[in-house]
Amino acid sequence: MEKVLEAKKLNKFFNDPAPFQVLKDITFDVNKGEFLSIVGKSGCGKSTLLYLLSTMDTEYDGELYMAGTKLTGQSQNDLARFRSKHLGFVFQFHFLLPEFTVLQNVMIPALKLGERSKEEIEVKAIEKLKLLGMDEYAMKRSSKLSGGQQQRVAIARALINDPTIIMGDEPTGNLDKKNSELVFRIFKDLAEEFKQTIITVTHDPDFAEKSDRVIEMSDGQIIKGL
Amino acid sequence: MWFNKLNINIAKTHLFAKKKQTIVASLGVTFGIAMFVLMISVMTGVNKILEETQLASTPHVRIYRDISNDRPSLLSQILGTEDWAVVHHQKPKDEPLNLRNGLLIARSLEADPRVLGVSPQLTSQVFFNYGPAQLSGILTGVDIEKEDLLYNVKGKVKSGSIEALLSSNDGILMGQGLANKMNVKSGDKVTVTTPRGDIVLLRVVGTFAMGIGQIDNVRCYANISTVQKVMQKDTRYITDIHVKLKELNQSLTAATEWQSRYGYRAEDWETANATILVSFTIRNMMTGVVVVTLLVVAGFGIYNIMNMTVYDKMKDIAILKATGFEGRDIIGVFISQAAFIGMMGAFAGMLIGLFLSYLVSRAPFDGGEFLSIDHFPVNFDVRFYVFGLVFGVLTTILAGYFPAKKASKIDPVSILRG
Repeated sequence: MEKVLEAKKLNKFFNDPAPFQVLKDITFDVNKGEFLSIVGKSGCGKSTLLYLLSTMDTEYDGELYMAGTKLTGQSQNDLARFRSKHLGFVFQFHFLLPEFTVLQNVMIPALKLGERSKEEIEVKAIEKLKLLGMDEYAMKRSSKLSGGQQQRVAIARALINDPTIIMGDEPTGNLDKKNSELVFRIFKDLAEEFKQTIITVTHDPDFAEKSDRVIEMSDGQIIKGL
Repeated sequence: MWFNKLNINIAKTHLFAKKKQTIVASLGVTFGIAMFVLMISVMTGVNKILEETQLASTPHVRIYRDISNDRPSLLSQILGTEDWAVVHHQKPKDEPLNLRNGLLIARSLEADPRVLGVSPQLTSQVFFNYGPAQLSGILTGVDIEKEDLLYNVKGKVKSGSIEALLSSNDGILMGQGLANKMNVKSGDKVTVTTPRGDIVLLRVVGTFAMGIGQIDNVRCYANISTVQKVMQKDTRYITDIHVKLKELNQSLTAATEWQSRYGYRAEDWETANATILVSFTIRNMMTGVVVVTLLVVAGFGIYNIMNMTVYDKMKDIAILKATGFEGRDIIGVFISQAAFIGMMGAFAGMLIGLFLSYLVSRAPFDGGEFLSIDHFPVNFDVRFYVFGLVFGVLTTILAGYFPAKKASKIDPVSILRG
C-alpha cells in the first residue's frame, strides 16, 4: 500500500497557562484511500494532532511527510500552496466566509489554485453541492444558512480541488442522523472509488465504528489502532 | 501576484457586503481630509491676502536721497583742523531732496534683466483744505502707467480712470478714504496747500483704494509734471525711484548693488518692512503646525479604522489561509480594500473640503479700514487638493498594510481553534 501520510515522533507543548505536553511521540502512517477516524476523550489532544497534520500549526517537534513531501520546516507560503493542492478541510464550526454566496465559498479554493477556468470550476462546484444536496442554495449568502447546511457546504468546499487528503474536525458534529449518514456515505465513496484519504476527528461512535480504521488517543498518546 | 483578480474580488465582496461599515470607514478618511483642505485653504488664504495687500503697495527696492549730516563743520573747514573744534547739533545743509539724474537712473534700471518695472516719482506733503479743517495728505507725482505696472493701480481704481489723469494737467487720483473724509467725488475741485505755503486748485479725476488705510487715507496720485508745477521745481526733479523685481528674494542683493552704483540710499522691502516680515514668518509657522497636527490626527484616525477593519476579518483570514491563500494574498485583499476606502474617502473629503471652503469664502467678513475685503479670504490652490488626496490614499493603504501584514503571519489554527 502507498503511504500518503507519515508522522514521526510528533511532540507538542502548550506553554500557556502552564507548560503542558499535549502530544507525546506520536508516530503513525496513513495509506492512500484509507478512511481513518481519530477518537478519544475531550482534551486528549486529537484536535491538536489534526491541526498539526493540517499543516496550519507549525509549532511542533518531530517530522511530518505527506504525499511524498517533507512538510516540517517549510515556509507558511509553501505550506499554503501545499494545502491548496492536496488538502481539504471541514472544521468543527463550519467556517464559511459569511459575505459570499454558497457557490462562491465552494469555488474560492479552486480559483486560488488556478488550475481550471472559472466556468469549469463553477460546473464542478455545482456538482459537489449536488452531491451534498445543497445545489438549490448555491446563490444564497452563506450566512443565511442553518448550521447543518453550512456544514455541508463546507464539506463541498473541501472536495472542490479533489484533494489527496480530506481532514475533518467533527465533520458531522452539527448534522442530524440522516445527514450524518449522507456525509459518511460520501466520504466512504471518495475513499473507495477515488482513493482519496479521509482523516476525521469524531465523537460519534457510530461514525468511527464504520470507518476503515480507528485510532484512539488518550493523554497525548495513541493507545489503540496503530 | 498581490492584486490578482481573485483577491480583488474578495476585497470587493467584503466592501459591498458591509456597505455601512465601508461607508463609516471612508467617512473617517473623509473628515480628516476635508478638515485638512478647509483649514489649509482658509489659513493660507488669510496669510496670502495679508501678504498681498501689504506687499502690493510696497516697492521691492526704493531709491531715495537720505538726509545726512556727514559733512565737515564750517568751523573745522576754516581752521583746517578737526582735532579740537566740536560742533554740536549740526543741522543738515539746505539742499533739494531730489535724485540728480533721477530719470537717467530710472532708464538704466529698466535695462536690468532682474527688474520688472521702474516708477520714478516725487512726493510732497500737502494739506487739503476742507472748509475750516485741513487734512494732511501726500501728493505723489508719478508716470501713472509705470506706477500701474508696479502696483496695479488700474485694478484699484474705484471711480474715474487713470486715462483721465493722463489727459489732464491739474488732475489727481485721490485715495478713497481721503475722498470719503472730504466728501468729494470725481470732477470736484479741491484746494491744496503746499509746504511752501502756495495754494493750488486741483481737480479730482478719480478715486482708488489699495485696501490699506495708511495709503487710502492720505495718498493722491498726480502726473509728475503737475506735482513739479505745484512744488515749483524743474522738469527733471524727482525724489524717489520705486523698483519692482521679477524675483522678490533678489531685492537685498539688488539694493546693495544699486546703492553703491548710484550713490543714493537703496532700501529693499525686507529692511523697510521688518515687522511685517516677522509676522509672516510666525503666521506661516503656525499654519505649518496646525496642518501637521491635523494630518497626524487624521492619520491616526485612519489607522484605527483600518486596524478594526482587518481585525474584524480575522476569522475570514484564517479560513482563506486554511484553504490555500498565502500571506501576500491576504495582504493583497486588504490593501485593495484600503485603497478603495482611501480613494473613496479622500475624494469625498476633497469635495467636502472644497464645498466648505466655498461656504467660508462666501461668508461675509468686514475687513474694516485696514483691509478692503468683504468675504473671508480662501486660497483655492489645486496643490492642497492633490496633496489631500495623495495623503488620504497613501495613509489608508499604509494603515491597511501593517495590520494585514501582521494578520498574514498568524497561524490560522490559533484563530480557528477559538
